[in-house]
Amino acid sequence: MSEPAKPKVAFYWCASCGGCEEAVVDLAEKVLDVVAAVDIVFWPVALDFKRQDVEAMPDGAILAAFVNGAIRTTEQEEMAHLLRKKSKVLVAFGACAQLGGIPGLANLSSREGIFQTVYSESPSTANTQGTLPETLYKDNGHSLSLPEFFDTVCSLDQVVDVDYYVPGCPPTPKILLQAVETLLSGKLPPKGTVLAPDHALCDECPRKDTRPEKLTLTAFKRASEVVLDQEKCLLAQGVVCLGPATRAGCEALCPRGNMPCTGCFGPSSRVRDFGAKALSAVASIIESNDEAEIERIANTIPDPVGTFYRYSLPASLLRRKKARPVRRAA
Amino acid sequence: MPEAKPVSHPGHGNGFEPKIVAFFCNWCTYLAADLAGTSRMKYAPNIRVIRLMCSGRLDPQFVLDAFARGADGVLIGGCHPGDCHYQEGNYKTLRRVQMLKRVLKTMGIEEERFRLEWISAAEADRLKSAVNDMVEKVRALGPLHSETPQESHLEEVKAA
Repeated sequence: MSEPAKPKVAFYWCASCGGCEEAVVDLAEKVLDVVAAVDIVFWPVALDFKRQDVEAMPDGAILAAFVNGAIRTTEQEEMAHLLRKKSKVLVAFGACAQLGGIPGLANLSSREGIFQTVYSESPSTANTQGTLPETLYKDNGHSLSLPEFFDTVCSLDQVVDVDYYVPGCPPTPKILLQAVETLLSGKLPPKGTVLAPDHALCDECPRKDTRPEKLTLTAFKRASEVVLDQEKCLLAQGVVCLGPATRAGCEALCPRGNMPCTGCFGPSSRVRDFGAKALSAVASIIESNDEAEIERIANTIPDPVGTFYRYSLPASLLRRKKARPVRRAA
Repeated sequence: MPEAKPVSHPGHGNGFEPKIVAFFCNWCTYLAADLAGTSRMKYAPNIRVIRLMCSGRLDPQFVLDAFARGADGVLIGGCHPGDCHYQEGNYKTLRRVQMLKRVLKTMGIEEERFRLEWISAAEADRLKSAVNDMVEKVRALGPLHSETPQESHLEEVKAA
C-alpha cells in the first residue's frame, strides 16, 4: 500500500443503449493504460460496485464521473445528483447525456402516449388487464418500487451542473482517450467545453474536395434509395448529410463507410440549436425559387424533426412537442 | 395634437393579448412599417419589430428562440420575390421557412403562429392588414404555453 492513491474514476449509464459503454471497451489494449492510471470505483455495466458504495464515499472523492445517457426516470436523476456530489468533474459522455440523444425523440410524445403504445396498443402486446408500471407495489406486506417515468426526457445538464462534454453516438475511442488524458493532465479547459475539435465535420471529411462550389438539389434521397459513389460528396449526391452543421472529431467515420453524417457529434460552440442550423444548411440548397416546387423538394425529407434533431431534441430551443398544458404543482 | 387611441378589440374579454415577434427586412417591410407610422395608420399593437438587413438573415434559431421565450406568433416580412436588395436572400428565406413550417407543425405549433409575408416599402396597407389578420388568428388560438427547459423539468420533479 505504499503506492500513492490513483485518481478515482466512475462510469454510469442513464437512458442509453449501452453503446457508450461499448466505446470504453473499444479502447481495447489501451484500456490497460487507463486502468494503470486510474482506479475505476464504480461502473455498473462491468464491475460489482453498488450505489451504497458511492454513497459511502466522501464528497468530491471521485476525480471524474463519466455519465452517459439521457435523464428519463427519477432514479437516473438521483444518480446524476449523487455522482455530481461525489465527483470533482462531471462529464456528460455521449450524445444522449450531452443533447438528449435518440431517447430524446420521445419528447414528441408524452408519458401517457408512450405507456399506451408500449403497454396496450403495440401489436405484440397482450395485456388484457391493462397493467401499467406502478412506482409502488405492495403484496403480502412486501413492497416493490420502480422509479417514476418523466414526461420529458432531459439532457444531463438540464438536471445537474456539468463540467465537460464528450460528444458522439458513441464517442470514438480516440475522443475518449483524449478526454481522459486531458483530465489527468491537470490542465483543465474552461468549464462547459466540449472535448472535441470546434469546426465542421466537412473539414475532416475525405470527400471534402469533391464538394461543388455551388451545391443545389432538386430532391433529397435516403441512403437506401440510391447506390452511393464511394468518393463524391454525399450531400452533392442528394442524401441528407449533416456534415456542414456537425462538429468534427469522429474523423468522418460514417462518410468513410459510405453513409451520410447524421449529426451525432452535435453543434459547434457557436450554435445554440443544432436542428435549426442543420435545417438552415440543408434547406438553403434547395434548387428552386418557386414556392410550390420548394415545398415539393422539402417534402422529400419525410421526417424533418427526426432528421435534423435526431440526437438533440431535448437540448433544442423548443425541447419537446407542445401537446399538453403546463403542469402546475397543486 | 390628439393622442392616438389604442386599437380596441371588441368581443375579446378574456384579456389575452398575443405577443408577436416580427422580423422585417431593412429595405422593404421595415420601410412599409415606417410608412404606416408616418401615414398615421392604426393597426394592432401586438407586434415587436426586429429589423434585419435582409429576411435572409433570419436564422431559424431566431424563430425557435422567440417561441421558446414566450412569443405567441412570429411574423417575417421581406421583399417581394425578385426584389431582394441582395439578389436572392428572400429566396433562401422562403426555402428555410418551408422546411421550418414542417418542423413547427410536428412540434405542435399551429401554422397560423408562423407567417411569411412579402411586403414592399410602398405597401403600408398590406402590412396593416397582415398584422391585423395575424393578431386576430393568434388571438383565436390563445397563448402558446411554450415552456422554457428548466421550468418545466423542475415542475415535473416537484410533481413527481
